[in-house]
Amino acid sequence: MPFTPPSVDDVLTGLTDRFGAMESSVFRDQTRVVVPADASYDVLAWLKDKGFDLLVDVTCVDELENREATRRYGLVYLLASTTTNQRLTIRVFVDDPDPTVRSVVPLWKGANWLEREVWDMFGIRFTGHPDLRRLLMPEEFTAHPLRKDYPLQGRGERHNFPVITRDHS
Amino acid sequence: MSIATATFDSSGPEAGPRSEDYLWTLNFGPQHPATHTTLRLVLKLDGERVVDALPEMGYLHSGFEKIGEHLTFNQYVTVTDRMNYISPMANNVAWHHAVEKLLGIEITPRCTYIRTIIAELARISDHLLCNGAVGLDTGAFTFFLYGFYQREVIYDIFETLCGARFTNSYTRVGGLSQDFTPLVIEKIRTFLRTFPKTLDDMERLLTRNRIFVDRTKGVGVLTKEEATNRSATGPVARASGVPRDLRKDEPYLAYADLDFQVCCASAGDCYARYLVRMQEMRESLKLVAQALENLPAGDINVGMDERVARPTKQQVYSTIEGTISHFELSMANRSFEVPCESSYAAIEAPNGELGFFIAGDGSDKAYRARCRPPSVLHFAMFPHLIRGHTLSDVVAVLGSLNIIAAELDR
Amino acid sequence: MAMMPSGSGGKLELPENVVVSRLDALANWCRKNSLWPMPFATACCGIELMATGASKHDLARFGAEVFRFTPRQCDLMIVAGRVVMKMLPVLQRIWQQMHEPKWCISMGACASTGGVFDTYAVVQGIDRFIPVDMYIPGCPPRPEQLIQAIIDLQDKIQLEGTITGREFDTAGRQLRKRALVEIGGPAAIDASRNPVMQRELAAAVEAITSGT
Repeated sequence: MPFTPPSVDDVLTGLTDRFGAMESSVFRDQTRVVVPADASYDVLAWLKDKGFDLLVDVTCVDELENREATRRYGLVYLLASTTTNQRLTIRVFVDDPDPTVRSVVPLWKGANWLEREVWDMFGIRFTGHPDLRRLLMPEEFTAHPLRKDYPLQGRGERHNFPVITRDHS
Repeated sequence: MSIATATFDSSGPEAGPRSEDYLWTLNFGPQHPATHTTLRLVLKLDGERVVDALPEMGYLHSGFEKIGEHLTFNQYVTVTDRMNYISPMANNVAWHHAVEKLLGIEITPRCTYIRTIIAELARISDHLLCNGAVGLDTGAFTFFLYGFYQREVIYDIFETLCGARFTNSYTRVGGLSQDFTPLVIEKIRTFLRTFPKTLDDMERLLTRNRIFVDRTKGVGVLTKEEATNRSATGPVARASGVPRDLRKDEPYLAYADLDFQVCCASAGDCYARYLVRMQEMRESLKLVAQALENLPAGDINVGMDERVARPTKQQVYSTIEGTISHFELSMANRSFEVPCESSYAAIEAPNGELGFFIAGDGSDKAYRARCRPPSVLHFAMFPHLIRGHTLSDVVAVLGSLNIIAAELDR
Repeated sequence: MAMMPSGSGGKLELPENVVVSRLDALANWCRKNSLWPMPFATACCGIELMATGASKHDLARFGAEVFRFTPRQCDLMIVAGRVVMKMLPVLQRIWQQMHEPKWCISMGACASTGGVFDTYAVVQGIDRFIPVDMYIPGCPPRPEQLIQAIIDLQDKIQLEGTITGREFDTAGRQLRKRALVEIGGPAAIDASRNPVMQRELAAAVEAITSGT
C-alpha cells in the first residue's frame, strides 16, 4: 500500500489568491509551482507562514541541453512541513547573463550553505546573502563545475600542482 | 575573499562586544583525528573558550553530482556507496528509492522487506560508529572497540549477502542484486540474538559514566525552533524534540506494516543525541526482527513487463520475452523509459533525511542527480552550537553531529 | 665488538650473547619493526584503516599500531582515500613535515589512480605529486590487504634500506652510475666481450712485450 502524501490544494488556492495565477503541475504525487524570480522571496516567506517551516533543499538544474527550456537555470526549493507533512516544490527560473535571485537566509538559516553551494556549482548570485563564498571548490577556482558546458574531467585544474620527488622532500 | 578575511557569522547568543586583544585563532583540521576525515574549522578563541568558529569544507569534493550525469541509474549506485561510507546500504536504498519514484516502479513485497532489513542494519552500524566516535573523542576507547567489533559482524552479514564488506552496491533499479540465502538469514538471527547483550554492555559503560555525562550534557544545545529553522533532520532534530521521522511520516518500504517507535529527546545537547542514537539501535533491532519474521516469499525483482530489472538466467534461456528483455537492457539507448520530468524522494537515513532530486531527460542517465545531504546542514549549524563552549567540547559536538566528509562534500 | 680472548692463538671467538651483523641490516631491522603510521584518511578507505587497527584485525601484531596524528612523529604515511584539488596542498605539506626516513603507502584505487572518480576535482593518483612506495589495489582494500602491504614494505625496508638513507637519494645514485662510466673509461668495461677492445688490448700487450 503505497503512501499518498497529504494534499496541498488549499495552499495552492491561497497562493494564487495572494500572488496571482502561477503555473503548477503534479508528477508522482509531487506538486511543483513555478514562481517568477522577482516574487520568489515573497512567495517563500508566505509559504513559511502557512506552515512550510522546513527548507529541505535548495538546488538548481542547468537546462542548457533541454530544448524545451526557455531560461537556463531552474532553481529548486524543496519545502516541507514538520506538522502536516505536506511537501511542495518551488521552481524559479533565471537566465544568463547574471542570474540572480533574492536569498532566503533571512527566512531559513539553513539556506546559508545550500545557497553557497548553488553559487559555487552554478554561479547563481543570491542578493542579500551574508557570506556568499565558494563552498566546495577552492577560492581561486574560476569555473562553475555543475554547469553543463563544463566538462566532467575539468579543464586540467587537477593536474596543476607542483611535484614533490624524493630528492627535495 | 580568502578565509583569513572572511566574516564570522556573529548572530549567535554569545556574540557581543568583546575585547579583541585577547582573541587568538586556531586552525583545526583538515587533517586531524577528531575531524573524522576531512573538514576544517578556524576557531576564534578567548583563552580556552570558543568565541566563534568558521567551518570550511570541500576537502573531499569529488564531483559526485557531476558524475551522476554520466552514469546510468544502475551504475551510479556504486558511487552512492562512497557517499556516506559508514552506512552504504542506506545510500543504495535511498538512490534506488528515488529512481523508482521517478520511473514510477512499484517493487515487490519481498524486495521492500529485504531493503528494510538492510537499511536498518546499516542504521545500526552507522550509530555504532557515531556513538563510538563520540566515546573515543571524549576518552572512552573501550566503548569504541565494542562498537567496532559489532560493526565487523554486520560487515560479515553484508559480505555473505553480496560479496563486499562495505561498498555493497546491493540494490538495482526495480530490485536487488542477490536474494537472501538461508545462511544470511541465519547470520542475521545470530546477530539479533547476540547484539542486545553488547548494547547493554555499551550502555553500562557509558550512559551513566560520570566523565562522559559531564562532557556531553548541556554541550552544544540546539533548540527545537533552531533545529527546524536550520533544516536539521534525523537524530539531531529528534534529540531537539522535532518528532519528524520519515519512516512514520511518509512510510516507504515496509515501515507501514512494522511496529516501532520514533525516539525523541527534548534536551537537544550532545548527550541527548547520544541517547537517541542508542535507543534507535534498539528500535532498529525490533524492526529487523519483525521484518525477518514476516519476510514474504516471491521474487525480489519486478516483472519483465516493467523492463527495468534483468531477467533471471532461466527466463533468458527459456522464454523469448526474457531474451529480448535481457538484450535490450544490455544495449545503450534501449534500456529504460525515463520521463522528461524531475522528482524528489527521500528516506530516513541514519544521519537524517537523505533524498535525491533526479531530473530525467529520456535517457537512462540522470540529467541532474542532486543529493540532499544531511551532513551539510548539520555542519552548517556547528558555529551556532559551539559558541561559548570550550575547546575540548569541539570534538564532542562534532562527533555527536556525525559529519561524514564524503557525504558533506560529495 | 667482540673481545679477543688471550691465549686463543689469535682466533676470534664470540660469546653467545653477541650477534654480528651489518650496521645497515641492524638499522633496517629496527626501522621495519617500529613503523609509526600517519593515517592520512580522507574517505572510505579510512574506515577500513580504522578496522585494521581495531579489534578483529589488530595491526599491533605487526608493530605498526602506533598511529600518531602529527606528521613529525611518524615515518609511514598511509594515504587512505581520494585526494582532491583542495586537499593535495595539505597532503604535500604534511609529507614535507615528516622526518626522514619516511615511506608512503597509497591505499586503495582512488589514492593510487583516482579510481572511479575521473572528475574535475579528483587528483588522478597521488604518485603524480608525491613519492609512493607501495600501492594497494581495491576499492576499498580489505584490512588483510593493508596488513600485507605493511609486511611487504617491511621486507622492502629490510632488503633495500641503508643506515645513511642512500636508497632515497635517487639523484645521487644516478650521478654515481654515470661517473663510473666516465672516470673508469674503457678499462672499466668488461673487455672480454668486446672484439674491438680485445684487439686494442692485444696490440697494447704486444707493443709492451716486443718494444722493450
